[in-house]
Amino acid sequence: MTSPAIIKDPDPRARPSWGFDWRENIVYIGFVFVLVVFGFTLFDQGFLNPNNLLNILRQTSIIAVMAVGMTFVISAAEIDLSVGAVAGLASVTTAYTVAQWGLFPGILVGLLTGLVVGALNATFVTVLGIPSFLATLGMLGVATGAAQWFSANQPLPIRDDVYLAMFGSGNLGFLPVLAIWMIVFGLIGHVVLRKTPFGRYVLATGGNSVAARFSGLNPRRIKASVLILCSVVAAFAGMLYAGRLESGRYQWGTGDELSVIAAVVLGGTSLFGGKGSVVGAVFGALLIGVVNNGIVLMGLDFSQQTIVRGAIIILAVALARRTPVK
Amino acid sequence: MSHAKSNDHHIVTLTGIGKTFGGVRVLGGVDFSVGPGQVHGLVGENGAGKSTLMKILSGVYPVEEGTLLMDGESRSFSSPEDAQRRGIGMVFQEFSLVPTLSVAENVMLHQEPRTVLGLIDERATVSAAQALFAEMDVDIDVRKRMSDFGPAQWQLTEIAKSLAREVRLLILDEPTSSLTRSESVILFDLISRLTARGIGIVYISHRMEEILQVCDHVTVLRDGQLVLSSPAAELTVQDIVVAVVGRASEDHFEWRPRARPVGPVLLQIENVSTAALTEVTVSVRESEVVGLVGLVGSGRSELLRAVFGVDRKDSGTVSISGEMVAINNPRDAVRAGIALIPEDRRVEGLVLQHSVTSNIILTLYGALTRWIFVRNSAARATVAKLAKSVGIRAPSFEVPMFQLSGGNQQKAVIAKWLGTHPRVLLMDEPTAGIDIGAKGEVVEVVRSLAEQGNAILIVSSDLPELLAVSDRVLIMRAGRIEESHERSALVDDAHLQRLIQGAGHA
Repeated sequence: MTSPAIIKDPDPRARPSWGFDWRENIVYIGFVFVLVVFGFTLFDQGFLNPNNLLNILRQTSIIAVMAVGMTFVISAAEIDLSVGAVAGLASVTTAYTVAQWGLFPGILVGLLTGLVVGALNATFVTVLGIPSFLATLGMLGVATGAAQWFSANQPLPIRDDVYLAMFGSGNLGFLPVLAIWMIVFGLIGHVVLRKTPFGRYVLATGGNSVAARFSGLNPRRIKASVLILCSVVAAFAGMLYAGRLESGRYQWGTGDELSVIAAVVLGGTSLFGGKGSVVGAVFGALLIGVVNNGIVLMGLDFSQQTIVRGAIIILAVALARRTPVK
Repeated sequence: MSHAKSNDHHIVTLTGIGKTFGGVRVLGGVDFSVGPGQVHGLVGENGAGKSTLMKILSGVYPVEEGTLLMDGESRSFSSPEDAQRRGIGMVFQEFSLVPTLSVAENVMLHQEPRTVLGLIDERATVSAAQALFAEMDVDIDVRKRMSDFGPAQWQLTEIAKSLAREVRLLILDEPTSSLTRSESVILFDLISRLTARGIGIVYISHRMEEILQVCDHVTVLRDGQLVLSSPAAELTVQDIVVAVVGRASEDHFEWRPRARPVGPVLLQIENVSTAALTEVTVSVRESEVVGLVGLVGSGRSELLRAVFGVDRKDSGTVSISGEMVAINNPRDAVRAGIALIPEDRRVEGLVLQHSVTSNIILTLYGALTRWIFVRNSAARATVAKLAKSVGIRAPSFEVPMFQLSGGNQQKAVIAKWLGTHPRVLLMDEPTAGIDIGAKGEVVEVVRSLAEQGNAILIVSSDLPELLAVSDRVLIMRAGRIEESHERSALVDDAHLQRLIQGAGHA
């Protein structure tokens, strides 16, 4: 009479769960689709040329690295709009330090730049209670201004060959070193988000921070951690810019927040928090890179790329949208 | 009784507990204890101090006045986590689960089994969760995401989560408020299995029959004071109600014949089908109250949502006073004179941060606007009139909604819709989670609305309350109306319950 079978009935208001949820895998479907379409339509323009493909990798890996950090922030139901500016600032501080004191101090100062900005973001959001949207929007301005001021609006050249090989133009076998960094960050990020308790706590905090608190977690500390982590990763991306472009300059990374957030959301991370995919974010970045490349090969210009990128965000959110639970 | 006095038999003993918030004394001199295997019922109106007492017991607030003895030692928990470590688990009314994680991930949250590398051991997580549910005799796919399940499974998952933490004392805060009767039975079975293992339980509920059925001992709080503490066996429902309300209440829950006879058909629902409904036909007359009952998932709420234009109708029609109306969205419904008092007032009914006034006039801006400005004095007058008609008690109508008790919030939702002068009222669980005093008042509001000639379609899992107001009761199963019973043909709520469970069980 009290058959537990009743309990098996799912809530009729809940979304039916299918074996394959295309919404969660939209980025991979899109990636393959775009590759195939461009492969045919842009064949004559050399889209499938290995050099072109490696070029796409080089151009998108920096965005992909930033997207790895951003995935954690968005999974925790926060946002970081300062990533592009942090990258620019870190490129400048790194370039300056490498020139003054050498390779290792340069790497250290670059990462430290991210740590400081991240700690400030974290303080504003978790201690002062400023919404991350506003705190990091303000920080975008502060970091850009600091980079301009520090570099006196001049590019700071980097001539250290080891640095350039490690972070920029080097190759490992046929793979550009930038792509190696993208794979390394992607793998580590994936394992941390999916396989470690920390990653689980990030998802729990983003899914329901009250529940997380009542489970003995400290959601504020978790939110602070992801904001710091994201800034440090963004600073590292800035160091990659410095390596690829052989200089530090405040413009590096300008506007990247748009691409990075688009990549993350395309990759299946919920803007409402609680659900995230690092691998998806990396593929999101690659997809955007492929689309950008296709646009260029088609003969469209930068302004049109920007429009397409904005449209991708809206499209991605519209596709990933589902009725929020509770 | 003698055994209830000796501390050494208890898991926890609270003595002389008091609490003051900003000069207001919300709790004073309360004694409360729970022994192993005991179910201790805690009853009181909202604001009587139950939650404050439980927050002290579960470590949300420190012990400031009085003592908390655990295993004979005086303690004050520094945080909910601290209390959890000592074996005190609280199943929160606002569920503390993460919808985006799986059932197993929720159950094992913050105590994930690790592999040698320090990574989460997925397989061990799943099997640990499966073992817990097996122990509870609950069949659930722990790999599925929490958001795929309904309230009953959430409640059971909450309990599993507490059990995963070696709980000795489990606090259940209104565990059945979102459950149907049959789901409640599963919960009661589980409670007796837990007590057999020596786990003590604090059971908070507004449902008196349930308290007497489940609890060994009952404590009643009123205005922060202990007014009754005695073994359940010595109590009747009436004893508890008197202690809770502080006066012998007139019985709101008896059927009372209406002065106004039932009129012509006002609402006609004809062959309505949606994703959750199959060819539903219902008619409700003027001055008539029709009750809708059924298990969770039978389509009760979905029927109200379809009529109100929230859910898309695949086929079928709705007529008001014989005239067919096209209802494709809630605006159409409001224009046709239909109002829906939704199931979850906090999500669907109210803007909690806004004042009582702005909540109530939300439906009335059209009538209260001159050019583009809201006529404030007219708005205030309207709100005062509506609030009075349903009996909202608030320090002022300018205070934010969240400061009001559940009962007064519910009355505000009703008031909000009365301003649109609806002729058809659809009410979904109008008394869920509100205290017994407010429940009686909501029942009175329903009665007076019917007296005024409105047609009312009401969904409720509280059968005594439903029987107190309904002229007819419709039983739904799997999206269809399967039976219709005149009020006079139904003996009592137990009779109706048997009918809901299906003839096979009668």
